[in-house]
Amino acid sequence: MDSNIKRQIMLENYTNPMGKGLVDDNSYVTIRANNESCIDDINLQIKINNSIIEDIRFDGEACAISTSTTSVMIKLLKGKTIEEAKNIINNYEDMINEKEYSEDILEEANIYDEIYKQPNRIKCALLPWKAIKEIFNKLYID
Amino acid sequence: MNIRNDFPMLTKDIIYFDNAATTYKLKEVINAVVDYYENYSANAHRGDYDISLKVDTVYEGVRDKVKIFINADNTKEIIFTSGTTMSLNMIVFGFFKDYLNKDDEVLITKSEHASNVLPWYELSKEKGIKINYIKLNKELEVTLDSVKSSITPKTKVISIAHITNVIGDVRPLKEIIEYAHKNNILVVVDGAQSISHMKIDVKDLDVDFFVFSGHKMYGPTGIGVLYGKYDLLDKLKPIFYGGGMNTSFTSNQETSYKELPLRLEAGTQNIEGVIGLGASIDYLNKIGLDNIYNYELGLKRYAVDKLKLLPNIIVYNENTDSNIVVFNVKNIFAEDTSRYLNKYNICIRSGSHCAKILSDELGIKNTCRMSLCLYNTKEEIDRLIEVLDKDIIKEIL
Repeated sequence: MDSNIKRQIMLENYTNPMGKGLVDDNSYVTIRANNESCIDDINLQIKINNSIIEDIRFDGEACAISTSTTSVMIKLLKGKTIEEAKNIINNYEDMINEKEYSEDILEEANIYDEIYKQPNRIKCALLPWKAIKEIFNKLYID
Repeated sequence: MNIRNDFPMLTKDIIYFDNAATTYKLKEVINAVVDYYENYSANAHRGDYDISLKVDTVYEGVRDKVKIFINADNTKEIIFTSGTTMSLNMIVFGFFKDYLNKDDEVLITKSEHASNVLPWYELSKEKGIKINYIKLNKELEVTLDSVKSSITPKTKVISIAHITNVIGDVRPLKEIIEYAHKNNILVVVDGAQSISHMKIDVKDLDVDFFVFSGHKMYGPTGIGVLYGKYDLLDKLKPIFYGGGMNTSFTSNQETSYKELPLRLEAGTQNIEGVIGLGASIDYLNKIGLDNIYNYELGLKRYAVDKLKLLPNIIVYNENTDSNIVVFNVKNIFAEDTSRYLNKYNICIRSGSHCAKILSDELGIKNTCRMSLCLYNTKEEIDRLIEVLDKDIIKEIL
């Protein structure tokens, strides 16, 4: 994909992100995601029903990369089962860390396939994904 | 005389506006440090040989320079530390831990740096003292009236920055200290952001403790100063014990410790740092703090006037009288702005600037901070304005 198109998609997701704004609903689990090395700081909420992700919301202050990837992630994970979501997240992490990964299942998230070229942005690109993984680990310890 | 020739870093093609974090180093500072390592490298207060004696003379000579620089009474009131953070921790845990009792109150503000907040929090957990915040006015500044209205009969100490690193307001220290002393309240001042920007006179201020760092005044990192009035400082218990601070000790655990200042300087000190600090003080004296203050304030006003002409910029501290400008680009996260400016080799800071509780008051968590100093120029500001006057959102990714 042309890098201008990638930038354009990131920008659209940054200026008009999916799932922005938290809800006051205790069927959601909330987690805070922040980077120690920068000032990204967001809260994520996830609603899971019968192992299916019904909704993800977020709010907070974060940079263009973190915010846009949160939006992209929300679109991608909504409606998926926990197992499917875990697989997507693992592939996304592998892509960011320059390992082998499956392009097909990442869909729009492929726009971050060149982030490794900017090492100081890797943490931004991983921020919400790691948080969701952490929630899964907490909810389903086995 | 061109000041810019005195800083080797200024030969790089970088516009550096993050001087509140740390300043560039003077060539004279670097030379003084190298001279120590190349020509009289030895320990202080130890040897009977010439080069050690030279170290003593230079090291104690800098203590005298510091004394004169801040107009203290006595070199015994000048303690070398690793910086403002260490100085504040020594004051809180070496002095106020004994001085304060349960339920006594400490007054700070929400715009203090972490180093003037967290030691007090820890002491509060340990001793049950209370921490109150001086109310800030609409412009987030501290006024004498707000101090007066925040004091209670339990208030025993006020601990505030001279100039805050976030908003850059210059606190009316003299009036605050005079009023505090009438009420038997001690005053600790964090001078990290004022020491290289305005003339400090600890006697005129009548301040009880005043601390600062060398690296924010064109000097080395890892060196700082703790000034305290002699009678108070003499009660400050060392945090560190060891060589250089004792006069004798026996196997029966009888100990005796040195007089000030050496009692509070255990172990081999940061000798190169002290020597470098001496060089930076000489330089600041040569230029003159009043000249520096006026020049920097002129630059700040120039920057604010120019920034205000840009419709996409919000300036948060138009009226403060110091070297700091705080702003945001509308609808752009502060960190994205600072990364964008980095593409043009312009260094500014984004974030909460180590004052994480100020967002309670400001209502905005993250800002861009530009902190000017004596080597910055109007041309550099013009370049910043030119870069900010673009369609930034297109370039932040």
